[in-house]
Amino acid sequence: MVTGQSRVARLVLPVDGRDHVRGSADAPSTLVEYGDYECTYCGRAHPIVEEVQRRLGRQLRFAFRHFPLAEIHPHAQPAAEAAEAAGAQGRFWEMHDLLYKNQQALDDADLLRYADALELDLTRFVSELADRTWETRVREDFMSGVRSGVNGTPTFFVNGVRHDGPWDADSLIEALMAPARVQV
Amino acid sequence: LGVSSPDPESIARATRRITAKSGRARSGFTLAPIRQRTARLVANEGKGVVAMAETGILKPATPAPGFTLHTTPDQTVSLSDFRGQPVVLAFYPADWSPICGDQMTLYNEVLPEFRKHHAALVGISVDGVWCHGAFAANRRLHFPLLADFEPKGAVARTYGAYRAKEGVTERALFVIDRDGVIRWSYLSPIGVNPGADGILEALESLEPAPSLASTRRQA
Repeated sequence: MVTGQSRVARLVLPVDGRDHVRGSADAPSTLVEYGDYECTYCGRAHPIVEEVQRRLGRQLRFAFRHFPLAEIHPHAQPAAEAAEAAGAQGRFWEMHDLLYKNQQALDDADLLRYADALELDLTRFVSELADRTWETRVREDFMSGVRSGVNGTPTFFVNGVRHDGPWDADSLIEALMAPARVQV
Repeated sequence: LGVSSPDPESIARATRRITAKSGRARSGFTLAPIRQRTARLVANEGKGVVAMAETGILKPATPAPGFTLHTTPDQTVSLSDFRGQPVVLAFYPADWSPICGDQMTLYNEVLPEFRKHHAALVGISVDGVWCHGAFAANRRLHFPLLADFEPKGAVARTYGAYRAKEGVTERALFVIDRDGVIRWSYLSPIGVNPGADGILEALESLEPAPSLASTRRQA
């Protein structure tokens, strides 16, 4: 059905030093995910992104930004702040993986358990969560997503453009490789 | 592009026909070249063709048609209730469908940003008040959903945002200024959640809020 115009939604905040990035900095393709740790669709996307990273190897740089839908997911905001608190101690991705693999257990006690499993400085971790140290940072991620046209979770950006198609591994890889193919 | 190139309107019609028949493009058969060509022609042809592609939702500078609709069995909301503040009207096809859920959930989270512009947000679909009530409670929405229920779609029709064939409202956005004039409108493809970025840009482009001085005069 042809109705309306699909606006081309672009990432307004480029991936840079503030981002949590997996993969090599000079990779030709960049995938950005805006996600919520309590969102089941994001939970489904987690192993898919891992597969995409495995298959593309050094060709891919992946960045994750927070987009907690706090009204429907009461644990999403604390979980995002926990990931940042772990990141402050150099363990963002380990916490990120734990959160997605344990989406049914995101109470404060669970977050503390994961921090303990990662051998974080628990005193610092707890005080940063209690002080809401990372609240602003998470909101910055969220608003950068809103301004870029994030329209649900997960939303992916492939080389700076919102990916409106399906996000199975093959589709994501096809989209990520498309510009390189055109340039050849 | 020579004499043989078909006019954009007929390409768009053909594209619609093909899409309707095939549902979605299968592998090995892609509409991309036709779409690209249409897009190119549309870009070249300017406003007339773009208007055709948009199927006629109300455009900026149009006075927003007034309405009064139920939001609960015993409460109504009128557009005139908001006179003096900007209003965001979000027409969406249906409660509960996954995309709409995302869209209203998203707007719910962005509500504080809308409020910075003193803007009111209302969602409108043809669902009835009980359906809206259950949906709003489930998604913990903090803005009213209006029932364009009887006569069905009457308000959506006045905004050019009704899909008579399916009997649902379009996925269409309107930003109305404090004087009741449409300042921005956007018709989204029905399957694509348009996000909130366009709304925020439109709100930012409106006149600055009434000055402190005029507020003081009232006080």
